[in-house]
Amino acid sequence: MLKVRVIPCLDVKDGRVVKGVKFVDLRDAGDPVEAAKAYDAAGADELCFLDITASVEARSTLIDVVSRTAEQCFMPLTVGGGVRTVEDIRALLNAGADKVSINTAAVNRREFVREAAEKFGEQCIVVAIDAKKVSAEGEPDRWEIFTHGGRNRTGIDAIEYAKEVVALGAGEILLTSMDRDGTGEGFDLKLTRAISDAVTVPVIASGGVGTLDHLVDGIREGGASAVLAASIFHFGTFTIGAAKQALGAAGLPVRLHGGDIGGGDVEETGR
Amino acid sequence: MIPPAPVALIDYGSGNLHSAGKALERAAREGGSGKSVLVTADPDVVRRADRIVLPGVGAYADCRRGLDAVPGMVEALTEAVIERGRPFLGICVGLQLMATRGREHGDTAGLGWIEGEVVKIEPGDAALKIPHMGWNSLDVARAHPLLAGIPTGEDGLDAYFVHSYHLNAARAGDVIATTSYGGAVTAMVGRDNLAGTQFHPEKSQRLGLALLANFLKWAP
Repeated sequence: MLKVRVIPCLDVKDGRVVKGVKFVDLRDAGDPVEAAKAYDAAGADELCFLDITASVEARSTLIDVVSRTAEQCFMPLTVGGGVRTVEDIRALLNAGADKVSINTAAVNRREFVREAAEKFGEQCIVVAIDAKKVSAEGEPDRWEIFTHGGRNRTGIDAIEYAKEVVALGAGEILLTSMDRDGTGEGFDLKLTRAISDAVTVPVIASGGVGTLDHLVDGIREGGASAVLAASIFHFGTFTIGAAKQALGAAGLPVRLHGGDIGGGDVEETGR
Repeated sequence: MIPPAPVALIDYGSGNLHSAGKALERAAREGGSGKSVLVTADPDVVRRADRIVLPGVGAYADCRRGLDAVPGMVEALTEAVIERGRPFLGICVGLQLMATRGREHGDTAGLGWIEGEVVKIEPGDAALKIPHMGWNSLDVARAHPLLAGIPTGEDGLDAYFVHSYHLNAARAGDVIATTSYGGAVTAMVGRDNLAGTQFHPEKSQRLGLALLANFLKWAP
């Protein structure tokens, strides 16, 4: 049976892991490669690296961090942040990424999704959707796409956009509620459910996890295939194992074995 | 002393060589086979290799074109694997290329080593998402040296899959393992000196490294 995935996300800036509270206050939470190794050993189902400053400052992506991680962690890795060209994708895949996440570049030019999917296969193209609720109290729910860390409102309907990028070849949607990100209040479950029901590809729920029940809700109520969180894992509030136990206790299929290959050889150089 | 002939990991512009290479190196060290791994686009290296790994990420036709674009590579592969019986492992689209043909975005000829077509996964349950993405258990159809010592099934180790197509093998005997996703999906095929995994051993943590270590020791 296919298992529900628990994905720690390493937001990276200047080669260090950070986690923005609503993408504003950045806190340093360590070396991404070390963190990746720890999550690998802990049995995380995938890892996600997001260069959160890339879109803003037009920085190049994290080839070196990706490469060093892939030398030591034999688990799936999604990388995003500032991905704009087919060459950006190729470089990340060659460095060891399994999936590449596209955000602003897809908002600006949808055809990029098609070009990327045709070149590398749909299964490695993730479209990251940062959505915020724009409907007023009492109105039917409506969410729009926001770019640049939630600062730029695009006027694009999130559900329509999700359907469109999937039709163009997105193999997965990484859905972040910009209202919830960094709040610890839980996923925007209505948004997650609306997007999950609208597309045929897996949806990763992201933004707002504060408790283990939130993870369960993201799958059961939100209909997501995977749950992504950062702070609760980075700052040791909960372990990956505890997250799996909670999901399993709620009757969801989880992978309880499989990590800890790195156990005895943290000192390895990979050479 | 002559160093052991290398394991050739074929570079034909289809990604993920870094991960596969590092995983093979790690498996070689931990499995004690001492084999060196060489990433190569040189048909002569492939011809002389002790064993061969063909990775593959992306669209079927693109991968086939990439393989054909390396002059002499398909001939070298055929000579080493089919004529000389060198152990061969295809990973993901590398497995799919072993088929007679792929049917992703039109028909593309495969290498024709495992009779069958690569077709879209059609889960019995319409609510199941495609791609089949994530960790799933292996249902072993027949024991195989590459799975030696690896706990499989619902209580065993899972393998990591990312794919929308799978090889629908014409001969049931060529299927080593399946995985369940709204029906049986081909997870592993093989015959004689040929083996292929639809999942990614280089991304499957303990299961993957154990399988690669087994491949490096395999003497079909």
